[in-house]
Amino acid sequence: MDIKAGSRLACPECSVELVVVRPPSSPVALTCGGVEVVEAAADRPGGGHADASGDGTLVGKRYADEDSGIEVLCAKPGPGTLAADGREVPIKGAKPLPSSD
Amino acid sequence: MNLSLLLEMSASTLEDRPAVTSGSRTLSYAQLDAAARRCAAKFLSMGATGVVYCGTNDASFPIAVFGAAYAGLPFIPLNYRLGEEQLQPLVEANLGAVIIAETAKVPGADPAMVVLRSTLLDAEFSTAADVELPAFVDPEDVAIVLYTSGTSGTPKAALLRHRHLTAYVIGTVEFAGADPEQAALVTVPPYHIAGLANLLSNMYSGRRIVYLESFDAQVWLDTIRNERITQAMVVPTMLARVVQLLDGSPAGAPSLATLSYGGARMPLPVLEQALELFVGTGFVNAYGLTETSSTIALLGPEDHDAAFAGDPVAKVRLGSVGKVLPGIEVEVRDEDGSVLPVGEPGLVFLRGEQVSGEYESGSVVDAEGWFPTKDRGWIDQDDYLFIEGRADDTIIRGGENIAPAEIEDVLRRHEAIIDAAVVGIPDDEWGQQIAAVVVMRPGASVSVDELHDYCQLHLRSSKTPYRIEFRDELPHTPTGKLLRREVLADLLG
Repeated sequence: MDIKAGSRLACPECSVELVVVRPPSSPVALTCGGVEVVEAAADRPGGGHADASGDGTLVGKRYADEDSGIEVLCAKPGPGTLAADGREVPIKGAKPLPSSD
Repeated sequence: MNLSLLLEMSASTLEDRPAVTSGSRTLSYAQLDAAARRCAAKFLSMGATGVVYCGTNDASFPIAVFGAAYAGLPFIPLNYRLGEEQLQPLVEANLGAVIIAETAKVPGADPAMVVLRSTLLDAEFSTAADVELPAFVDPEDVAIVLYTSGTSGTPKAALLRHRHLTAYVIGTVEFAGADPEQAALVTVPPYHIAGLANLLSNMYSGRRIVYLESFDAQVWLDTIRNERITQAMVVPTMLARVVQLLDGSPAGAPSLATLSYGGARMPLPVLEQALELFVGTGFVNAYGLTETSSTIALLGPEDHDAAFAGDPVAKVRLGSVGKVLPGIEVEVRDEDGSVLPVGEPGLVFLRGEQVSGEYESGSVVDAEGWFPTKDRGWIDQDDYLFIEGRADDTIIRGGENIAPAEIEDVLRRHEAIIDAAVVGIPDDEWGQQIAAVVVMRPGASVSVDELHDYCQLHLRSSKTPYRIEFRDELPHTPTGKLLRREVLADLLG
């Protein structure tokens, strides 16, 4: 699957939808609840994850994997937890700024 | 990432939360999103190549911005107050774009492409358009074309791509981070980067925007009280008018948590009075340029509070624009391009994901990604950035670089003066001499000699204006930037 900036990805089994902020610099298997994510327009059977361990994926949070360089933004939340080649993908911390506009 | 995603996420998460109020009408996030999608379909059915917005500030503005984004078309806001002579070439430069306007007759426009602004709010608008919206909008596509205010000449079309603006928003705003009762009052014009950045940030944070079509100090204060506004953004001329109206009495705006200002240099006397009158409000100074997708540096409420409490270091920093945002790098260089050490003034260069530095005529960003702001400034030992003004405005008198802003600040502190402009006039002996044009407070009186003595007392003699003249008012852009070239032309004419 071609992961480019701006592409929309989705979990085939849960409600998680992602947007690619930064594409990976090397090929990586991005999974949600252990299942590889697909293009958002692809067939999504749903049904939920057999393994729903982990914290799930939160809307509006950025998830960045340092090793592969991939960064995604969660556009729709879900119970599945993201992993890159099996590594859990942490939330990229953002320090909220005082409202300037 | 593209701009429409920002609204799409808020609409699917916040649904019925109010998103935008203008006049007596309020749209929820879901309603705004639906209206934007309807407009996108309409724009595409018209075969538009862009979306020109030539109208006032109200709920139709976000509909048009996000409608353009859903359609994958560049959004091109124009100043609806421009005269026919200035507006026509801008309209003709964007033939093929749909034009959202206040009236059906727009100079230079193809009548078939003109859409009345008021119709964007109609639920019936474009329901006939059976067009599929693009599934993918490339982050590399141009999202917004902004004609820069052009204080130094003809306006230039700055290009901001989806990736620049979304980098700014997702890097600085917490998604849905606003409480449901938060509301932002917006009076900056839709054709200014602050108006656009403000829209995107507020929609992503889940904050309701309240639009005022035009600025009036009394209406602005009344709206803050009646709508329980928690956030507001003003340009310096607006704050000056509010302070003048209050005339020393408290603002009486307890709901206002944050008042941010930017767009032009804030005169310190105005800021100091405002800090006194807006009790309990946190002040934020935001510095940025059109070419940097708005704010790149902030001076926050703690810094303002410390200055107000009398901390001498903080008082100096009240004249700064604060620290650069995470993800932004700054360098101060001399004329030859060498990076200058802390404390030395020079040309300000910026780098970061939100920095575009690109115009229709090409990019001015160098090979390493640095954008020359053409502002002069310096950085102190704790990374506070001080902006002296436009490099083009710097007066060079006998080889000494003099920032007009420093002299203007001193003049504005004089009790008889409400506005001041300082420019360099050609001089055979010195290269340039300093000239000041001042506006007297109504009812006040002061002579040229008195002002001259006053300047000598507060400034080095090399910075004391050689010539001082009085005028009834000074020329400013709509966002309060002083038009120095007009001041100069007036002096030389």
